[in-house]
Amino acid sequence: MSAIVVDLILFTLLVIVAIEIVRLDHLFAVIMLSGVFSLLTAGLFITMDAPDVAFTEAAVGAGISTVLMLGTLAVTAQRQKKSRKTQTVPLLVVVATGMALIYATLDMPVFGDAMAPAQTHVAPYYIESTPRDIDVPNIVTAVLASYRGFDTLGEVVVVFMAGVGVLALLGRRSPRRDRKSDGDDA
Amino acid sequence: MKHHIVLRVITKILIAPIVLFGLYVQFHGDFGAGGGFQAGVIIAVGIILYALIFGLSTAKQVLPLWVVRTAACFGVLIYAGVGVATMILGGNFLDYDFLSADPVAYAVAGQHLGILLIEAGVGLTVASVMVLVFYGFAGISGPIGDEEW
Repeated sequence: MSAIVVDLILFTLLVIVAIEIVRLDHLFAVIMLSGVFSLLTAGLFITMDAPDVAFTEAAVGAGISTVLMLGTLAVTAQRQKKSRKTQTVPLLVVVATGMALIYATLDMPVFGDAMAPAQTHVAPYYIESTPRDIDVPNIVTAVLASYRGFDTLGEVVVVFMAGVGVLALLGRRSPRRDRKSDGDDA
Repeated sequence: MKHHIVLRVITKILIAPIVLFGLYVQFHGDFGAGGGFQAGVIIAVGIILYALIFGLSTAKQVLPLWVVRTAACFGVLIYAGVGVATMILGGNFLDYDFLSADPVAYAVAGQHLGILLIEAGVGLTVASVMVLVFYGFAGISGPIGDEEW
């Protein structure tokens, strides 16, 4: 019962935050609200017993990306340009996609259903053999680091490539600007 | 940021616990929620907070760009190196069983060592890349003026 109340509160706040993000044109407030959105999503993941995902969402979504968006904001305008005409086509696309997604949830198995396809494929194998093969209490870590080690290597390389990409785009500046931005004390 | 004494003092108090919590998440990932990815982000947040409050130039004195760049490469190298090591020891790529002294009877020890090492690699790369991206953005935007707070 209390879980439903928490879910309802979180979802209500999520909808309010989403509407405010669309409505506001002050970009600083929008970035802060998107951080709040991530934090609320992290709360929802906790209610779904997925602390590992919630942890990542809180750290990456609410933490790092907010800071990086603020860094980006510092080099662009503070306010979004006002658009006069109402945009019907994007609204129609969003409404149609939303309806399709809601229609798709009707076919999904009930949350926590033991017979759901996701639970019957490889999950039982991991749960049964982790204590024997890996012997770590957190099965998520066992799957990520050992059973799916090659996938995780790929993910780390993706993160590394993102860093290399940013460095290639922003890291090489003219020496004059470099001295100017580095010399100033904040 | 020279006038914001509250921010400066609070930041000084906060940074050590943030990094400590990051290390806890890093090495406790086998037992509870978390792991290298989350830990890397948390440690990066500690460094970014320092750069935000005390200025990019101060942060670059503490952690120069070349150190961050090298660390990002080393993380991937550690991860892939563990895979190569297991191949040299006779197993498949990333088959941690072979890191153990006795891969048949004590394969679990090899798994523990392998997970510890690759999580360290993940944490190192993620933390460095996050700091690197922040350095990149903060470098072009310059320091935050007092009136913008």
